[in-house]
Amino acid sequence: MIDRSHIGREFGIHTADIEKGRLRFFAKATGETNPVYFDEEAAKAAGHRTLPAPPTFLFSMDMEVPDPFEILKIMDIDLGKILHGTQEFMYHKPVYAGDTISFKSEVTDIFDKKGGALEFIVKKTSATNQKNELVAEMSRTIVVRNG
Amino acid sequence: MAEVNFVSVNVGDQIPVLVKPEITRTTLGLFAGASGDHNPIHIDIDFARAAGMDDVFAHGMLSMAYLAQALTNWVPQSALRSYNVRFSAITHLRDRITCSGEIVEKFEENGESYIRVKLQAVNQDGDVKLAGDAVIALPKH
Repeated sequence: MIDRSHIGREFGIHTADIEKGRLRFFAKATGETNPVYFDEEAAKAAGHRTLPAPPTFLFSMDMEVPDPFEILKIMDIDLGKILHGTQEFMYHKPVYAGDTISFKSEVTDIFDKKGGALEFIVKKTSATNQKNELVAEMSRTIVVRNG
Repeated sequence: MAEVNFVSVNVGDQIPVLVKPEITRTTLGLFAGASGDHNPIHIDIDFARAAGMDDVFAHGMLSMAYLAQALTNWVPQSALRSYNVRFSAITHLRDRITCSGEIVEKFEENGESYIRVKLQAVNQDGDVKLAGDAVIALPKH
């Protein structure tokens, strides 16, 4: 069982630069066909100042740390035993190439189901831009397959 | 894209369906790099087998990105206020994901007009892989 004392644990703030090349790579990897996400001229024609970050991209930028699975090490969880349970985004401001986003995360809950066969870790993250504006909030549930 | 507005949509309307190509090992390799999720369970069959799986499987966030495309093909991303999903089943290699959505609610709050869209991503057999919803702000007219 995961030690419930990890509830409330906060992680250090980290920052990530939103880069055009990475946005284009993400568009390619997801088979994006809307040129707003990979063609800067199309983005500008649609009223954007440059390439926008698509709706789930901040999840990826939150992984731009030396060890994106630090939370598992801290809780002594095997990387091969986790699944993604839920993912939530609340959007406040658009994010564009050239922005620098800061991420701050906290473990808000740990619970189990099926007599402990499945455990759930809830991690909430807020994302702010270089102007200190809150751009998005994310919440993810990590499922741990025990046994 | 033709502009969608609050008065022109109704509860029960479907958003345009998005059909994605078959998920291959290349898809997962590219998505691991682009998404920054390098968990070997998605790209290394030896690791996946050692973890008790038959093979590598897709990142949940790949299908969540697909489902987001169904939304942003329909309305500008700036209209999106929230987007939530539950990963209800593992998406496997060779799955072909179809993304769809239905307007389930229209409401107004603080002078803004919103719709709630119920979303799902299913594979070629109709198995639900992701279920979720999005709240979208729409111009009144």
